[in-house]
Amino acid sequence: MTDEHTKPKKQAQPEDVPGASGGWETSRRGMLKALVSLPFVGAFAYNYLRKRAADDTKKRAILEELGVTEGPAFIPEAISKPPSERVRLGIIGFGGEGESLIRHAGFAHPDWVEEQRKSAAENPANKALEVYLSQEDLNVAITAVCDVFDVRADRGIAASQVDVRPGGGGANPPAKRYRHYADLLQSGDVDAVIIATPDHWHSLMTTAAVAEGVHVYCEKCLTRTEEEARAVYDAVKPSDIVFQLGHQNRQSEAHNKARDVIDANILGPITLVEGTTNRNTPWGAWVWDIHEQGNPQTIDWDLFQGPAPNKVPFNLERFFRWRCWYDYGTGLSGDLLSHEYDGVNQILQVGIPKSCVASGGLYYFKDGRDVPDVFQAVYEYPDRELTFVYSATLANGNYRGLAFMGHDATMRVSGSLTVTADSDSTRYKKKIEDGVIDTSRAMFTYRPGFKGIDAVTSATEEYFVSRGLLYTYRGGRRVSAYHLLIGEWLDVIRNGGETSCNIDRAFEEAITCHMATRSFKEGRKVTWDPTRRRIV
Amino acid sequence: MREATRAGSETLDRYSPFQVAVLVLLRMFIGWHFLYEGLAKLTNPYWTSAGYLAESKWWFAGIFTDIAANPTALTIVDYVNAWGLLLIGIGLMLGLFTRSATIVGMVLLFLYYIAAPPFVGFVYSMPTEGSYLVVNKVLIELAALAVLLAFPTGTVFGLDRWLPWKRQSDRAALGQAGA
Repeated sequence: MTDEHTKPKKQAQPEDVPGASGGWETSRRGMLKALVSLPFVGAFAYNYLRKRAADDTKKRAILEELGVTEGPAFIPEAISKPPSERVRLGIIGFGGEGESLIRHAGFAHPDWVEEQRKSAAENPANKALEVYLSQEDLNVAITAVCDVFDVRADRGIAASQVDVRPGGGGANPPAKRYRHYADLLQSGDVDAVIIATPDHWHSLMTTAAVAEGVHVYCEKCLTRTEEEARAVYDAVKPSDIVFQLGHQNRQSEAHNKARDVIDANILGPITLVEGTTNRNTPWGAWVWDIHEQGNPQTIDWDLFQGPAPNKVPFNLERFFRWRCWYDYGTGLSGDLLSHEYDGVNQILQVGIPKSCVASGGLYYFKDGRDVPDVFQAVYEYPDRELTFVYSATLANGNYRGLAFMGHDATMRVSGSLTVTADSDSTRYKKKIEDGVIDTSRAMFTYRPGFKGIDAVTSATEEYFVSRGLLYTYRGGRRVSAYHLLIGEWLDVIRNGGETSCNIDRAFEEAITCHMATRSFKEGRKVTWDPTRRRIV
Repeated sequence: MREATRAGSETLDRYSPFQVAVLVLLRMFIGWHFLYEGLAKLTNPYWTSAGYLAESKWWFAGIFTDIAANPTALTIVDYVNAWGLLLIGIGLMLGLFTRSATIVGMVLLFLYYIAAPPFVGFVYSMPTEGSYLVVNKVLIELAALAVLLAFPTGTVFGLDRWLPWKRQSDRAALGQAGA
């Protein structure tokens, strides 16, 4: 404000002040001045209400058209009743995955507890310990541990008697170590067993557990070969044991919501589904740590090799990085394609494909492994009129996710879920023309646990989170999907019912993975013969 | 102006009607903006400041990212922020507790600015609708509030008029303006 823009200085008029002596005229003028904002407030309210109404109408129109609710997916409680009798749990294979599964069952190794406590003190974003402690108490005891590596067996025993437990349960007596899994299964000390060994052992162990009437939670992939898959299926299917395959996505909220979207037929005819894996770290490519105490004295190498087709002299890489060899697993097929496929099977219920063509190569990790690090598989489902493409590389981190492509819309499923209308959709044509649906943005977004962000500690962990494989949400609270899947298995053991990844789903998973492995190894298209139950 | 600085707003020269009009209009617009920002956040169940805070750069980034990572702190910050915006907006529009609303508004804008300043070398993943170098719209709105603080209008063109403890301060400057 400069002088030439101001009027000559003058004292305030006393009659402008309310309560001061003055005429009706002036005090009314003052009042009008004081209320100068009213037209603005009115304009604001008018526009705000109009905008809300417009937004609501649009949203309602879209949701009505789509026929889905905005709320969380309906997922039956993983645990139907409070756990009654205590289940005695055995663990076969206490490596990275086995230790993680036992932790999600409520028994973290004391070192892990200490590590997380320190880590949380440094970085409050690390909530791993908090999530662990807020897990439901599953009322289990770890009574038996089997591992061919002494160090890991000892870790299992230490975890079984940990005193920092969800629900404040006190320490249990230590688990007994068994060197051979058959002894563990026959001991009479276990009601149920978690199998987290390399894939080449899954079939023999599961079959032996069925013979002893012991319930099984088995890690994916169900088996290493097609023949083993049939053998396991034929043993488990007619038995009374409760079987669960370890695909955590079965408990992911976004995956369950995706099923609602499919049921409501929002996407129109789906002709292409694309599942992908992109990882770019040695760890993500199974170059796992070699324990300093691993040697022929601490590791029972012969027992480890067991049914592996090729017997080789003691080899630390093969023991600690077994996923890199076809003797123990199936590489990308059994490890990561299996997850993508099970996600697709959970959402679309596609079953076993008619045919598969796979290709790939070992292009980056030339460290002596014999499984490919770049791998693609194309599956045909003529009955469903769709193709499922799996595409993976272990040497690039470009996230591509899992996409269901329909004529009317595309659905992307990761930790969250988005549905975007297709600009050439027939069904949404009118709504797109009317401007109700905008094809440049998602018309439907579902974000479980939308409040807050989670700290993720590594690229591999981030990969798992984005796939809904590590955490999911129940009522906005972060819970481990592993925990829910184990909880569901125990609940079925106690109260009956069906596990979400039962032996039928497990068989479909195994055959689908093995079709890709066989197609890749034999360099030809393979098909599934449903009557003879053979890959041909 | 020299006189004004010496003796405070009480002795400010009266504003011309045009000056009054633009000052009041500026107050309405900023109030409108704050009010809608607050309402939009309160009515959107998905809204959270987490993304903005987590992106924080510069000296205070540590504090902001810590808030984003802590659910309790984040809930409080989201709540205070949304209601703060709403109340500041109402205050500015109605001219009620105008001075406090202006100051708190400036504090909020200052926090937004230092959480994610457009300095050379800082890149944010969140898209902006324009191009900014050091000065962005948050800083300009902050400066605009500073103008409102320097040239207050609430006690005449607002409900502050009826606050018993409001004396002649800015009324003195505005009393005869021809609005």
